[in-house]
Amino acid sequence: MARYIFQRLMIMFLMLFMLSLVVFVVLELPPGDFADRYVHDLRQSGAQVTADQVQLYRHMLGLDRPWYIRYLNWIGGIITRLDFGWSLTFRMPVTKVIGDRLLFTVLLSVTTITLSYLIAIPVGIYSAMRQYSIGDYFFTVLGYFGMATPAFLFALILLYISVIYFNTGVGGLFSREFQDQPWSWAKLIDFFKHIWMAVIVLGTSGAAFTIRTMRATMLDEKNQLYVTVARAKGLPERKLIWKYPVRAALNPVASTIGWELAEIVSGSPITATVLALPDIGPIFLKSLINQDVYLSGTILLFYSALTIIGTFLSDLLLAALDPRIRLTGGAP
Amino acid sequence: MKWFHLPFLALLGFRKRAEGKQAKLAEETYYTATQFQLMWWKFRRHRLAIVGSIILGIFVFIMIFCEFLAPYDPQSRNSDYIFGSPQKVHLFDDQGKFQGLFVYGVETVFDRESMQIVQTEDRDVIYKIRFFSRGEPYKMWGIIRTDLHLFTAENGFVHLFGTDNLGRDVFSRILYGTRTSLSIGLIGIFISFIIGLLMGGISGYFGGALDNLIQRLIEFINVIPTLPLWMSLAAALPKEWSPIRVYFMVTIILSFISWTTLARRVRGKLISMREEDFVFAARIAGSSDLRIIIRHMLPAFLSYIIVDLTVEFPYMILGETTLSFIGLGLREPVVSWGVLLQASQNVKAIEQHPWLFIPAAFVIVSVLAFSLVGDGMRDAADPYSQ
Repeated sequence: MARYIFQRLMIMFLMLFMLSLVVFVVLELPPGDFADRYVHDLRQSGAQVTADQVQLYRHMLGLDRPWYIRYLNWIGGIITRLDFGWSLTFRMPVTKVIGDRLLFTVLLSVTTITLSYLIAIPVGIYSAMRQYSIGDYFFTVLGYFGMATPAFLFALILLYISVIYFNTGVGGLFSREFQDQPWSWAKLIDFFKHIWMAVIVLGTSGAAFTIRTMRATMLDEKNQLYVTVARAKGLPERKLIWKYPVRAALNPVASTIGWELAEIVSGSPITATVLALPDIGPIFLKSLINQDVYLSGTILLFYSALTIIGTFLSDLLLAALDPRIRLTGGAP
Repeated sequence: MKWFHLPFLALLGFRKRAEGKQAKLAEETYYTATQFQLMWWKFRRHRLAIVGSIILGIFVFIMIFCEFLAPYDPQSRNSDYIFGSPQKVHLFDDQGKFQGLFVYGVETVFDRESMQIVQTEDRDVIYKIRFFSRGEPYKMWGIIRTDLHLFTAENGFVHLFGTDNLGRDVFSRILYGTRTSLSIGLIGIFISFIIGLLMGGISGYFGGALDNLIQRLIEFINVIPTLPLWMSLAAALPKEWSPIRVYFMVTIILSFISWTTLARRVRGKLISMREEDFVFAARIAGSSDLRIIIRHMLPAFLSYIIVDLTVEFPYMILGETTLSFIGLGLREPVVSWGVLLQASQNVKAIEQHPWLFIPAAFVIVSVLAFSLVGDGMRDAADPYSQ
């Protein structure tokens, strides 16, 4: 097991390294650079800028060097001293720009994925055990709508509902009165009042998918012979279900945790932008538009890293859950 | 048993024989049916999928005939009715007199209390709705010059879904947007179909190092979360580009990821089929590689490919809508659902002008319909499974 984990970790780092190169190249693709964008903005506001000044500015930012030199500097900084470069838009180190927000993104994603599984797995089991009941139909319909509604629309709809019917604040993380207050019970409640929308928006499509997977596999498993045997020997129904078919049905769900996480993280930029949440999404959008390569590159790398880590975790989980999966040796 | 039981018995026996005959007939049709017939029978059993296909049919109809169905050009402005709310369609006027379909005129007054311009129905003015009537001239599919519309208002205007900040008809814009959004999906699907078939075909048929390379490439693309990748690529499009060029590039970006699913499917099927008897037979008969792939293998897994494409389609629409919504995708003057939704960026906008949010319903319904059809087709794709 230890060897397997070590191998996977090595592959992960190699993958991330290669990704960093691809990410950098993709972000370098657009013609023009930050200096152009900056000067364009200056000219828009009426300032006179000569070509020499642009060149000087570019030189100051180090943007006149070829892209591979800049890439090597960037990746060198990351590897040697965890320095992710300098954000040109915010005029401070990238780590400082995304620091707190990164934590929030991770917190939000983990909360969402945990809640989504806690709700979806029991619902999936329920739907399978009471197939074609009203509850089953209800969740099926709900699931379809959850999958069909794009995140930003969903966020807007929820915002609208909360403003019209609950009269709560519009977006943001805290109400105005709690903005600068130290942490307290009331502030925590206020925090959850704001975050539930993001959790629902980000979690619904994943939860819908989990419910459907869980339901389908449970339907396959619940008529297997081993279930009949267990029932015949007099096991209580509840214990029987949780002990046999559920365990088998959990495998496909566990193997997709990585994708789930990626899906949630991937949806967060839009949702956070609409809900005005302080996660890295809005900054990502801004850095893309401003061609702030180091900032957007770091964030894109972070998004990908989460996917890779998620896949890794789900592989481990699957190996732990399913004894049939062998880790050593190739094909028989 | 009594004598009067006899006719019943005869009837029963007759029934039984007829049933047997019918069952035999059904069995015969089952065995002689083509693969697509079997699929159709199975698909038909999926009631939601049928509903989905009907809705899709309507959308496709709108997509093809949007110029005719829309009463106005998407760019033409009505300066008398800016940010106008949807006009209600009536049948009877205030005196209870039947007038046919009509809308009331609009009265613009300055409300001294709220210090705002308020638009109300002018009960004295009636604009009758006329079907198959003459209106703004347009070019059908850019070729046929005509001015025939499905409906227009007589001596006035009709805005079923209201108007936007420039007084443009939201109803017409949504219909035109349907064409753009769906066509992006269709073209995108077509591109990923070609790439997926090619890459999957190369990967599965030749195998070896080439296969390895393509598989690693696919894994690599899949590692980067879809939406951020789309955003990064879309942000790379120069701002100076013409809307048409942006439109095509956005389509290509959207298909950049979906081809991977298809390539994997094609590869998997090719590998599993390479050793089948019928392929072996074809090879002995002296068929070329290309002929074996296209003539013998492709039909065997075509249904799976079609299903994959249908399932991919909603993601294309969602991708376009999302990108356009955050300002990285399509831009004015191109009209798409995403571009239209830009007008309702925040809750305030929705609160004041809720009708600008109507395109959202179109997005949701179309994606829903596609998902339902995709599900039905997934079940039908393997008609021999029971």
